[in-house]
Amino acid sequence: MNAIEVRDLVKTYGSGETAVYALREIDLTVNAGELMLLMGASGSGKTTLVSIMGCILSASSGSCKIYGKETVGLSQKELPAIRLENIGFIFQAFNLFPALTARENVEIALDLKGVRGSQAKRRAAELLERVGLGGKLGSYPADLSGGQKQRVAIARALAGEPRIILADEPTAALDSESGIVVMDLLKELAHEKDRAVIAVTHDNRILHYADRTVHIEDGRIGREEAAMPVLPVSTTGSIGARQ
Amino acid sequence: MASIAIKNLFHEKVRLAVTLTGIVFSIILTAVQLGIFLGFIEASTGIVGQSKADLWVVSRGVTHVEQGVEFNESKLYKVLADPDVAAAKNHIVSLGAQAKKPDGSDEGVTLVGFDLDGGMGGPWNITQGSVADLEIPDAVMVDELYAENKLGVTKVGQVIEINKRRARVVGFTRGVRIFTSQPAVFTSFKNAQSFLGLNEDQSFFLVIRARAGANLEVLRSRLAGELTDVEVLTTSQLVYRQGMYWVFGTGAGITVIVAAVLAIIVGVVIVAQTIYAATVDHIREYGTLKAMGATNGYLYRIILTQSVLSGLIAYVVGIAASLVISRVSMEGTLAIIVNWQLAAALFVLTILMCCTASIVAIRKATSIDPAMVFRG
Repeated sequence: MNAIEVRDLVKTYGSGETAVYALREIDLTVNAGELMLLMGASGSGKTTLVSIMGCILSASSGSCKIYGKETVGLSQKELPAIRLENIGFIFQAFNLFPALTARENVEIALDLKGVRGSQAKRRAAELLERVGLGGKLGSYPADLSGGQKQRVAIARALAGEPRIILADEPTAALDSESGIVVMDLLKELAHEKDRAVIAVTHDNRILHYADRTVHIEDGRIGREEAAMPVLPVSTTGSIGARQ
Repeated sequence: MASIAIKNLFHEKVRLAVTLTGIVFSIILTAVQLGIFLGFIEASTGIVGQSKADLWVVSRGVTHVEQGVEFNESKLYKVLADPDVAAAKNHIVSLGAQAKKPDGSDEGVTLVGFDLDGGMGGPWNITQGSVADLEIPDAVMVDELYAENKLGVTKVGQVIEINKRRARVVGFTRGVRIFTSQPAVFTSFKNAQSFLGLNEDQSFFLVIRARAGANLEVLRSRLAGELTDVEVLTTSQLVYRQGMYWVFGTGAGITVIVAAVLAIIVGVVIVAQTIYAATVDHIREYGTLKAMGATNGYLYRIILTQSVLSGLIAYVVGIAASLVISRVSMEGTLAIIVNWQLAAALFVLTILMCCTASIVAIRKATSIDPAMVFRG
């Protein structure tokens, strides 16, 4: 089953002659078990597209189905439930809660799903263990490196067991080594956990992780590229290597 | 949800301190103003409220007991004839008396003349002497809070002059405050008549104790129908009339109530400002929560939890400080009364204040566009 199916999607801001088209007639399918990179210049519409696929922005027309459920036309009251049920977000700036420990940051996502108390503590510890932060449960974001913060964010995104992961520039704020760890985790989620992973990126170093790369140009799908071959470490510094 | 609310609140200690300081000051200011108001009520109505009488007979049109107009004693016998009256006594309260202090200066006093055998209208909080001591001719009892400053009296046995007649101090009360600051001087009804130059058959008021089980309102109506040129009021009716005259009629009550309302408004503004600022500072976190699927209700609960928790902490500190201020005030003539009813009302008020103050912050948090989380 398609994880996300987008058809004739249009997003405009304003109306009439002054309307600005952010997205035009987008057709895109994302499959479960696929790691897809979404690339494009600033202002090309990739963030708008991810926002609509993530059910945090409404499309002007067209269709966007999440595991077969139409989301275009749903009210702002209905969309949070779709997000909670299906989508995990990973942000460029991590967006962790500075007053909470790594474990508590993950517990927040569990709390939203109604998982609380000792069950939430145990589950949060398991998730952090899975991203390699089993020894950092009580650490605050300020005490973690960028890569560790992003791994906490990944653990948080996974807490609700979403079938879709939307990552916004997940490696942009990370050094090469941290980027490798994060991209390896995302790849594992797609390939071994059958999640659909969509990552918006400008980072050419991670292209080889993608099963597919989609380029957005001026609000339209420009071109699609299938998986890139394994690359040696380049002089500009490639993050990781396809296995 | 509670975790993030509490942790966020305590994470920024400076902001928390500012918030708590604002609410604490608001609570203290409100408690003191309302405490002064209660003190005014107590001071203006104590002579009636503490009288242990069920009914009062007053001259028609009397707005406060200090304005008593004499009437003939014959009314006493009509009252005593009623089968539901257990006791009725003549009574005097008057501002028409001047005391001459040992240094020769004059001071107005509130003269209270009561029947020593009636058990009504006498002094309370007696610290030295007894009601029986007032049987001595010219004996008076004064309050410690006013004795030295207002009357130059420091000990039992001292002699002063009231309306140019000798008065011997035989005892003290403590805390019989008078709204006008003219100290209460308790004496026997007969002595009061002498001090005021009244005829033996003249009285200002009748105080009445009803028989056990008698319907006070029925008795009051019946007596009012039988007596001419006077009004018959229950003690609570006279307390109300007395309070309305002194506290509201003079404008003093309005002043403290306005100050209390202003304190509450200032409190709401301070809390609203700090909670709003805290919300704005955490706006990205609220956006993240919304993106993660949090409902507006979830965000309401976080902000309300923070507000109410701030209110609870500030209430404990504020009410403790108010009780200390109240305690200290009891040593002076201006009582700031912080009783449990006021403390309970302030608790409810504080929580309401904090919830009200959260409205602006809630509107801000719930109007966040969750797409903001994708913007740098």
